[in-house]
Amino acid sequence: MNVTQILFFFFASCAAGCALAMITRKNPVACAMWLIGTFFSVAAIYTLLGAYFIGIIQILVYAGAIMVLFLFVIMLLNLGNDYEDDIRGTGWKIAGGGAGLVIIALLGRVFSGDLPRPLGDAAGPTMLATAQAERGVVGLIGIPLYTEYVVPLQATAILLLVAVVGAVVLAKRKV
Amino acid sequence: MNEIPLSYSLGLSAILFGIGVAGVIVRRNAIVLFMCVELMLNAVNLAFVALSPYAGVEGQVFVFFVIAVAAAEAAVGLAIMIAVFRHRESVDMKNFSLLRW
Repeated sequence: MNVTQILFFFFASCAAGCALAMITRKNPVACAMWLIGTFFSVAAIYTLLGAYFIGIIQILVYAGAIMVLFLFVIMLLNLGNDYEDDIRGTGWKIAGGGAGLVIIALLGRVFSGDLPRPLGDAAGPTMLATAQAERGVVGLIGIPLYTEYVVPLQATAILLLVAVVGAVVLAKRKV
Repeated sequence: MNEIPLSYSLGLSAILFGIGVAGVIVRRNAIVLFMCVELMLNAVNLAFVALSPYAGVEGQVFVFFVIAVAAAEAAVGLAIMIAVFRHRESVDMKNFSLLRW
């Protein structure tokens, strides 16, 4: 057990605990706050796994932009005054917990089996670190993004444009 | 940076996904339900990042695309919720049954 593993367990328990708090709080604003905690913990875990750029993007886009959007909508609609019961009854709770446990067990079964390793058994974090030293933290993702995957990148740009126009049209009072 | 075994991060990913599924089933508020979907997307991203040292850096490139699609999805979904709230004065899931039958 070294420092990295201790940090991993700390942030993993933070992520799981915040996620559990998120699905059990009644107030939507509290849910959003706990979800931000989960996102920050997951960003820390990305950093521990060596994906620095993805960690920063996680904080900027998820914890920053997307959650601000959620909070804006919650406050715009003036939710959280609890004139409606948010969490379902006991039967649904049992079903939800059961479904969650079954999915955790199934995924654990899959992940504990023999995972394919296309780069061979020698590949691992050292290979990622070498590539990072060669191309830099941003270049590690940026170079493939702008050479091999430039068509998907442009498609994503169009998707974002369509989504923004669609959001404005849907939220307008009269089209 | 190479001390975390693969099974630990994949296990955390499975746990987060399971919590997200439980949240989708248990909650009634559509916005909270949406947050649970975001949590599941995050769990998948974590699996991608954890596997990327063994399967190539494309895993991290894909996470980038998933985050972009999640942002688009959040924008459109929240706009739909505002539109539904304007008609029904509530975002309870029972108001989203217009296309069910």
